[in-house]
Amino acid sequence: MELCDMPAWKLKEMISKGEIGPEDVLDSVFNRIDAVEGTLNSYITLLRDSSYAQAKEVKRRLKEGESLPLGGIPIAIKDIICTKGIETTCASKILKGFRPPYDATVVARVKRAGGIIVGKTNLDEFAMGSSTENSAFGPTRNPWNPETVPGGSSGGSAAAVAAGEAILALGSDTGGSVRQPAAFCGIVGLKPTYGLVSRYGLIAYASSLDQIGPMTKDVKDCALLLQVIAGKDDKDSTSIKLNLPNYLEACEVKDLKGIKIGLPRECVSESIDRSVARVIEEAKRVFEKLGAKVVEISLPHIEYALPTYYIIAPAEASSNLARYDGVQYGLRLKAGSLREMYLETRTNGFGEEVKRRIMIGTYVLSAGYYDAFYLKALKVRRLVKEDFDEAFKEVDYILTPTSPTPAFKIGEKIDDPILMYLSDVFTVPVNLAGICAISINGGFSDDGLPIGIQIIGRAFDEYGVLGVASAFEAETECHSRRPYRR
Amino acid sequence: MELKPVIGLEIHCQLLTKTKLFCSCPTDYVGREPNTIVCPVCLGLPGSLPVLNKEALKLALRAALALNCTILKKTRFHRKNYFYPDLPKAYQISQYDIPLAVNGYLVIDGKRIRIRRVHMEEDAGKLVHPTKTGRLEGAEYSLVDFNRCGVPLIEIVTEPDISSPEEARNFVMELRSLVQHLGVSDGNMEEGSLRCDANISISVDGKFGTKTEIKNMNSFKAIERALAYEINRHMEVILSGGEVIQETRHWDDSKGITTSLRGKEEAHDYRYFPEPDLLPLFISDEMVSEISKTMPELPWDRRNRWKMDFGLGDYEVFVLSSSKVLGDFFDACVREIGKPKEVSNWIQVELLRIVDDLRLKIEDCYFAIPYLKEVLELLEKGVINNQVAKAVFEESIRERRAPIDIVKSKGLEQVSDEEALKDAVKRVLEENEDAVKSYLSGKDKAFNFLLGQVMKVTKGKANPAVVRKVLEEELKALS
Ligand SMILES: [Zn+2]
Repeated sequence: MELCDMPAWKLKEMISKGEIGPEDVLDSVFNRIDAVEGTLNSYITLLRDSSYAQAKEVKRRLKEGESLPLGGIPIAIKDIICTKGIETTCASKILKGFRPPYDATVVARVKRAGGIIVGKTNLDEFAMGSSTENSAFGPTRNPWNPETVPGGSSGGSAAAVAAGEAILALGSDTGGSVRQPAAFCGIVGLKPTYGLVSRYGLIAYASSLDQIGPMTKDVKDCALLLQVIAGKDDKDSTSIKLNLPNYLEACEVKDLKGIKIGLPRECVSESIDRSVARVIEEAKRVFEKLGAKVVEISLPHIEYALPTYYIIAPAEASSNLARYDGVQYGLRLKAGSLREMYLETRTNGFGEEVKRRIMIGTYVLSAGYYDAFYLKALKVRRLVKEDFDEAFKEVDYILTPTSPTPAFKIGEKIDDPILMYLSDVFTVPVNLAGICAISINGGFSDDGLPIGIQIIGRAFDEYGVLGVASAFEAETECHSRRPYRR
Repeated sequence: MELKPVIGLEIHCQLLTKTKLFCSCPTDYVGREPNTIVCPVCLGLPGSLPVLNKEALKLALRAALALNCTILKKTRFHRKNYFYPDLPKAYQISQYDIPLAVNGYLVIDGKRIRIRRVHMEEDAGKLVHPTKTGRLEGAEYSLVDFNRCGVPLIEIVTEPDISSPEEARNFVMELRSLVQHLGVSDGNMEEGSLRCDANISISVDGKFGTKTEIKNMNSFKAIERALAYEINRHMEVILSGGEVIQETRHWDDSKGITTSLRGKEEAHDYRYFPEPDLLPLFISDEMVSEISKTMPELPWDRRNRWKMDFGLGDYEVFVLSSSKVLGDFFDACVREIGKPKEVSNWIQVELLRIVDDLRLKIEDCYFAIPYLKEVLELLEKGVINNQVAKAVFEESIRERRAPIDIVKSKGLEQVSDEEALKDAVKRVLEENEDAVKSYLSGKDKAFNFLLGQVMKVTKGKANPAVVRKVLEEELKALS
């Protein structure tokens, strides 16, 4: 097996034993990038030179006996997370040339942990989309089948990890943007509980929903990366202070005796692809085999989650994205007056989907519409959260498909926003409720495309969720398949 | 038809914190190079997040408590969305449905002006127009200085309880004095650390009229003038059978008029919604009681003390409490000198004029306290007379020289020796025969003229009481 197809925890072991050095891992990763990036377009910016410089520095630190949780591991960062001095575009023309003068807290933590940042990955513009087609830098393709999308919005990160163009990646998840691409690309993606990971330096799409999450080759890597990025940050008022468990320990769970898993009846009906239904059925049996009890539950308001999301997220986005006005940084188009400059810059700088959401958001916050839309959405959001609260009185975890279908064809849904939005129907409720969920590979479609299963846990029960996912992984083989593995 | 002005005020005060409301940049932007006290947070750079400055919260609470407000136990921030180049996030973090405090009042001349709410918000940056006048007209481009961006403000909104321009001015003066006493704001209107907007309407036979909002009143005088102008304008419209249009108007201080800025239709829709980057704020009883306990002396308490302990009158205490630095200076003088009534009189009549003439600041005049003490002693001992004392006091401040030195070197000691003054009196009587005649023919007025002449001849040094006595004697001898 090539190094770039190995998980981080394994590479760490090899590095610490002196079998390989960080440069060897980088060589392998960049070889793979050279081979497949022309097809996949996972990255917006590659940091080849600085990667090797970082590797040298990591080697020095390791030699000095520093304990580095990510010592020498190549990691890709979604290009919506600020990196000091490195262009951060959000896959938008409007941020062209924007080099943040600071690192996001997660980036600083990754660097401190000895991670090597190999590049900034492609995404749907400002994380708005489910296919990574809405990018000013062209679409990313799914390494399992380049005719299909990698999911989105963290499609670049998902494709990179799946294809061995990175060992680890960070994505951001507002309505499923880590989990759905992880599912489409056959990797692990975790949406942490709102407040577990600092958002400082994550360019905001919908602030009350956004969380940064790990995207990795297996659950153990997910735990490893979560440990590095989680925890209170004084720069983010919404980050929560708590004693972090040792997430890696969660991965030692071998059976699920005494655990109750709920399967919402709303999530196994209608519009689900047959292969997805089959994978869920198989997953249920795996969990039962592991000793868990799987019971049917109900989340009665979940059908309102998607429309609720598409009011709250655009509302916040319309405000968050108002700062891209051509005054201070990024694109500025010349015009005769201030008003025209705003109009020209924003009309040309933003893509269609972003403009659609800005307009929806502006509308739902407008005088006379606020109560009917935004306020009502906040109320439904509370109902969705209460659904989960109720469910978690009955069960410990909830199992759903991550997405109703496997990866779809490029161009298939791009002209039908509603159809595209449905791709996140199972992931969105988790963000609304602010709780945590992981997507892991649960099997494959008849066409050989990976299918993700989602395990939802209570707020701040990442430890439990990782444990359940880890037990599943230990019992199944599907996660170890890689698209380019020879 | 009974027409009555109805005025409500919105006052913004910059809080005297060391750092900005949501980041750790310093707040002392006056005179700084543009864009030198900024960071990703106050520049609104993508990905940055606000963190509330607890010190600002404490100052805001102190102001709210002094304004007799109810502090809400749970409050929160909202985003006020609008585009303008000096607002880098394109929204201002402010408060909306649940302000920090509500339902207070401030007493002005015995009348309660109710405070509707006190809330916190961040200040915006400033546009710089590279024209001679500094105004937008004719500028080819504008520059933005973000130094002021994120400086903490409190907004204080009154109920429409104010019924005259004078009352409005007095309210703002009292509020300024209050925030200064509290150490909450320096209340400097010229530098914009205290800003006042007004809502004004005319009630006709007790029925509320349409209101207009007046902006850009940058001094106490401007407040009074702008409101008087606007009241007149409303009255004229109403009396001529017209209708006042609801709009925002701009006070042009040089022309002395208000002009329309924007109508009701052009009013912004700020699309307020709860700021998701900040958690709701819970104000504990402990915090409130802690702040109440450390409340400094308030202007009205101070005025009471001056009245009760020093026997000062209403007008005196009004002047002395018009700014905190003046009140502090007065208290310092009394501590040093005693004699509160005399000290009050000397500060109000002499010192304020001297300070004005010499372009000094009261807070820089503490060196003059020993001078005042000495002048009062010299006066009391009869070494100098009142007129000389005033001149010596002024000179001592101007020259930073002890009054006694000035008196000695210029030989200004008062002459009280009757024999010495007799010569001067005799000379004056000889040289002013007409005045003497008219006095002797019963015109008492001539006496003062003659007295003045003696003072003049003695270069003001004569003891007026002694001169009077000698003059009376000499005139009697002539009659
Ligand atoms: Zn700052």
